[in-house]
Amino acid sequence: MDVLLLSRLQFAFATFIHFIFVPLTLGLSFIVAVMETKYVRTGDETYKKMAKFWGKLFLINFALGVVTGLTLEFQFGTNWSRYSTFVGDIFGSLLAIEATAAFFLESTFVAVWVFGWKKLSPKFHATCIWIVAFAANLSALWIILANGFMQHPVGYVIQNGRAELASFTDVITNGYAWNEFFHTITGSWALAGFFVVGISSWHLLRKQNIDFFTKSFRIGAAFALIFALVVALVGHRQGNIVAEVQPAKLAAMESHWETQPNAPMYLVQVPDPENEGNSIQFGKIPSILSIMAFNNPSAVVKGLKDFPKQDRPPVTLTFSAFRLMVGLGTLMIIVGILAFIARHQPVESSTKLLKLFVWCIPVPYLALQAGWAVAEVGRQPWIVYGIMRTKDAVSPLATSQVAISLAAFFVVYILLAAIDIFLLAKYARKQPA
Amino acid sequence: MDLGTIWFILWGVLWAVYFVLDGYDFGIGIIRPFFSKSDTETRIMYNAMGPFWDGNEVWLITAGGVTFAAFPKTYAIMFSSLYTPLMLLLFSLILRGVTLEFRSKVDSAGWRKLWDVCNFLGSFLPALLLGVAFANIFMGIPINQEGILQGNLFTLLNPYGLAGGLLFVFLFAHHGALWLAQKSEGEIRERALKTAGKLWPVVAVLVVLFLVMSWFMTQLFSNYLVHPALFILLLVPVAGLLLTCKYRRQGRPLAAWVSSALLIGGAALFGVFGIFPALLPSSLNPAWSLTIENSSSTPLTLSIMLGVALVFVPIVIIYQVWAMHLFRHPVNQEDLDYDEAY
Repeated sequence: MDVLLLSRLQFAFATFIHFIFVPLTLGLSFIVAVMETKYVRTGDETYKKMAKFWGKLFLINFALGVVTGLTLEFQFGTNWSRYSTFVGDIFGSLLAIEATAAFFLESTFVAVWVFGWKKLSPKFHATCIWIVAFAANLSALWIILANGFMQHPVGYVIQNGRAELASFTDVITNGYAWNEFFHTITGSWALAGFFVVGISSWHLLRKQNIDFFTKSFRIGAAFALIFALVVALVGHRQGNIVAEVQPAKLAAMESHWETQPNAPMYLVQVPDPENEGNSIQFGKIPSILSIMAFNNPSAVVKGLKDFPKQDRPPVTLTFSAFRLMVGLGTLMIIVGILAFIARHQPVESSTKLLKLFVWCIPVPYLALQAGWAVAEVGRQPWIVYGIMRTKDAVSPLATSQVAISLAAFFVVYILLAAIDIFLLAKYARKQPA
Repeated sequence: MDLGTIWFILWGVLWAVYFVLDGYDFGIGIIRPFFSKSDTETRIMYNAMGPFWDGNEVWLITAGGVTFAAFPKTYAIMFSSLYTPLMLLLFSLILRGVTLEFRSKVDSAGWRKLWDVCNFLGSFLPALLLGVAFANIFMGIPINQEGILQGNLFTLLNPYGLAGGLLFVFLFAHHGALWLAQKSEGEIRERALKTAGKLWPVVAVLVVLFLVMSWFMTQLFSNYLVHPALFILLLVPVAGLLLTCKYRRQGRPLAAWVSSALLIGGAALFGVFGIFPALLPSSLNPAWSLTIENSSSTPLTLSIMLGVALVFVPIVIIYQVWAMHLFRHPVNQEDLDYDEAY
């Protein structure tokens, strides 16, 4: 194991754990805001209780998101110093703006919301959670604009041995990044919907607080279905953009080896990168890859064989993560439809269906993690697509330093994540106060 | 004044503000094991920083982000050469962050004890590490031409670094005691003032010691000797040190805390202005130091970031001060009974 591999593992691990907590923050903040707004509008105390119950889960989850995010901002410097020097002129400013314009707002107002129930008017208090939701999603925008620069660098010139800013407007209007942002936040909002539907179903199975959890279920089901659909549409558009600007990633996502028009897809496929092909492929659907990638059945889709070996991403991992994401995304749409149909009287639903909703809580989590794996693994071997390779980006550290810190990350993050999930489960099972 | 210099000053100010704000959180965590006599008192201490600590920590993220944005090479070399202490700092801050959230969530004495220990470590270690790190930065660290540290964690634990660490620990402990005094009432408030009174002489001795050591062991005073007018800046921390004592004796903890903030912020800026125009001086060869000149972003980035900072930082200050004002009352029983209290 060398410093490069250890640093990659460390960043991947820290990011994946961080991203267990982020999407729920992004989505549940809006759901709580909707609940509290209903309370302010109708005066129905149930909605206030709902805002408090789901808000508590939001906060337990939020705390871990904050502390695990802290290390990420510094890891670019600690482990990727050559990268930081090379792109800091552009990348650094996006992170700094995230903190200044968004994260301050989120952190300050989340505390005002938590401690301000008795100090603020109901309307103003509800506004605070809207500010939190808005700021959380604004944070995501800046972070993804930064990631978008790594995926599809724009608005720069290579000068003085580094990427220097040429047009800030180009950087913040990067179409790749904006679509990636919508793909991420709509996925996160769907995730929060499934979270609320699942936990409500758990209580409804036990016939407890039926009114409370029926109302929660309804809001959750609307989020789950609407955004399961939207995330798929935005995802399709993401595929088009990837086809255009990251053709090697697209080819790896499909394990597509031969450049051809009317490119097909296979229902079952096992990549065999050693032999530059697939060891198993059947269930051919003609032209569908050309349609998916370019919305045109006769479009030519470049195959992996036409990329030099050193420019190809890891095929098996990218391919499997993509299949997993698409499969789970489809499942989300089906379960979302079932939840939406059941939303009026979910308690009357069959036990099996309610149990299905409970078991589907982890599905969007896996789908989102898989999606990020596609985005990041598929970008390899580049850290900044086409202009800097990951292997040239790492800090000149001693292997032992990174080995020790990686071990510490494993131990600390897994312990904290386990405790946090235990607390989430504990408070999710409680009766609303 | 050129853009690089403006950003250098802002960079120093951001770190100073971070020390002032998170400093009292650390301070409360440091004195808690010696101060608190019961679970109720511990909870009063945690809730004294309850609505604020997270917003305070964002100043660190901003200081880090601004280092990255304005001086990317300094960001890269500072954090990779100080890899191990920075990792220790981050893990300590993680512990501190989760203790407050986790402690109240399970009703068991052992559980609370566990997070109390973590809170102490998560407060003491960052104070110590930040002190050691910044003292070393003020003195210059042994980085070579490639920005690689010639040494290890123990290289940083030299007498001057340790003096900086001790100074930060006591500065923050004193600062935290004053914050606790102004956020509590009755016997706790009196005892917190007394604690600050006991800590003050130690702080005063350490401040003097640090200045004397700086004179003999570092180049920090060279800028001041070239531009004697800069010595006026040293009046800020000195005035803070004296005023905090005066106000505490008058029983005015908030005024004493503000004076202590001047002391901490002034001490940090004393060092930052001392190393100007370097951000990370190399003790091996001045040519290997990271300076405004050789590590800053392009003028385009610096001016865009300046625009962002001029718009957003005042807004941040307004709503953070508003939040402090909203929750200014002393922590009382009603706060502790509140279901979201720590």
